[in-house]
Amino acid sequence: MGPLSESEIAALLLSLRIAATAVAATLPPALLAAWVLARCEFPGKALFDGLVHLPLVLPPVVVGYVLLLLFGVRGPLGGWLDANFGIRLVFTAEGAALATAVMVFPLMVRAVRLSVEALDPGLDEAARTLGAGRIDRFVSVALPLMLPGVLAGAAIAFAASLGEFGAVITFASNVPGETQTLPLAIYAATQTPGGDAAALRLAALSVALALGGLLLSEFLARRVKRMLGR
Amino acid sequence: MLELDFRMRAGEFALDVRLAAPAGVLALFGRSGAGKTSIVRAIAGLARPHAGRIAVAGETLFDAARGIDVPAERRGLGYVFQAARLVPHLSVAGNLRYGMRRARGRSPAAGYDEIVALLDIGPLAARRPATLSGGERQRVAIGRALLAAPRLLLMDEPLASLDAARKAELLPYLDRLRRALALPVVYVSHALDEVVRLADTLALVDAGRIAACGPIDEITARADLGPLAGRFEGGAAMDATVVRHDDAFALTTLAFAGGELTVPKVDAPPGTGIRVRIRARDVMLATVRPAGLSARNILPAHVVALEPEPGPFAEVALAVGGARLRARLTRAAVADLDLGVGSPVWAVIKAVAVDRAGAARISYGRADG
Repeated sequence: MGPLSESEIAALLLSLRIAATAVAATLPPALLAAWVLARCEFPGKALFDGLVHLPLVLPPVVVGYVLLLLFGVRGPLGGWLDANFGIRLVFTAEGAALATAVMVFPLMVRAVRLSVEALDPGLDEAARTLGAGRIDRFVSVALPLMLPGVLAGAAIAFAASLGEFGAVITFASNVPGETQTLPLAIYAATQTPGGDAAALRLAALSVALALGGLLLSEFLARRVKRMLGR
Repeated sequence: MLELDFRMRAGEFALDVRLAAPAGVLALFGRSGAGKTSIVRAIAGLARPHAGRIAVAGETLFDAARGIDVPAERRGLGYVFQAARLVPHLSVAGNLRYGMRRARGRSPAAGYDEIVALLDIGPLAARRPATLSGGERQRVAIGRALLAAPRLLLMDEPLASLDAARKAELLPYLDRLRRALALPVVYVSHALDEVVRLADTLALVDAGRIAACGPIDEITARADLGPLAGRFEGGAAMDATVVRHDDAFALTTLAFAGGELTVPKVDAPPGTGIRVRIRARDVMLATVRPAGLSARNILPAHVVALEPEPGPFAEVALAVGGARLRARLTRAAVADLDLGVGSPVWAVIKAVAVDRAGAARISYGRADG
């Protein structure tokens, strides 16, 4: 394929795969956390809120390092995973997806939380009087109305995933073909003598991807709003 | 049918509700903020009393002492809110079927087609709630509640969010449903015209308590409840029967417990039972039979009770044959005419509101000359 080398195409495909995995893995816990933050009152809620948002304000290197401590082969979680399932996250694509997921989690929660807060509690009451139980109401009333927010959150998380650098390089390292995503490939190119042209191509590719993602999410949001009759 | 005996905190005041009502349409009537909505929410299970008991059709839905609190979604009660609260991403048909699918084995008082026809919402089936008018939305909300097969339908000021024209458009539908479905209803309102047209039993709600409860004609005729019912809307409601029509003058003669009334032509065959209301401010009193007067309805009566109010007015409760009427006079007039309990008088009725006609139309008519 013309302007891109084989390794550059591999970095692109890997980036897309890692971003998709990270978004899919973040979605359920982000929905839960957003619901809890928007609807529940409990002692320690401020602390929980802070923890959810922590990756947003911490240096990504710190997030990567904490993951390394937890999920390293000798870490408490990593050791357990390795012993019981033979799963190793460090220096793997799955590990890169985990680091990315943790980083974009707060972005997703914020977007979904807004859509939970925008729900009309009156609709929930109406559905109750029509005989719908708690889970039924969530699926039949709340979730469809939250869909624009969820999609927007997923789109932002996906775009941010493509650009995640610090946490990924700290936790999953920079292994070509395994954990070398686009930003890591750009970084590697800038560190290589004569790699300027490659860095520029990859940077242009990143811009195109980001822009395409934003346009797509805008398009989807409009479609969904029309579908919801608003 | 409905047994309420509970205590609940609602906002800044305490509710203390004791009420037992037969089947039929029970109206909870009172000023805004009297606690009517809180009562209905407690019945529905959307609000929780801290003490007492709620039972519908013999089944206990809430009993603080025995630890019973059936969740709202299992109570099998329909609820029509002030705003329609339709699910925005479902079509009208989707909304109508929402409760139907969750009726837990109960079958509705009438089938889908019949209810859709009664409410005239068939042509709207494919549309989204956002494209409907206020009146259409409320009709769909009523249909949705009915199709969930409720044992009791709670209606919390279903007309309050509508303008006068939409209101007039919707009232006949409610009347039609009441007659077609024989479903017990609790109807909350602060508008006497709706209550009189629809209700069989009237409960006056005042400051979180049931101030009075009974058959609608009895309650509306009680002079001591005048101030609660509102200054200008108070009056007596009674059942009457169409006797004959006078086509030449477009008049109808009605028979009621106190005699006969002449009203502008009512679109219903002789023998039809209708509900009429005579507002206290439309009744004048005379101590001798007036002559040379344009009013057609002049009936012999005697005073049953006098209820002076602070200010210029007094309410007078009258017995006209077997019926009760109320008249709103100035206190000066009461003194001038030397009225006391038992005084014989002539009641001059300036206007009769025909509230519940067989053809479900409302007309405020003056039967003057």
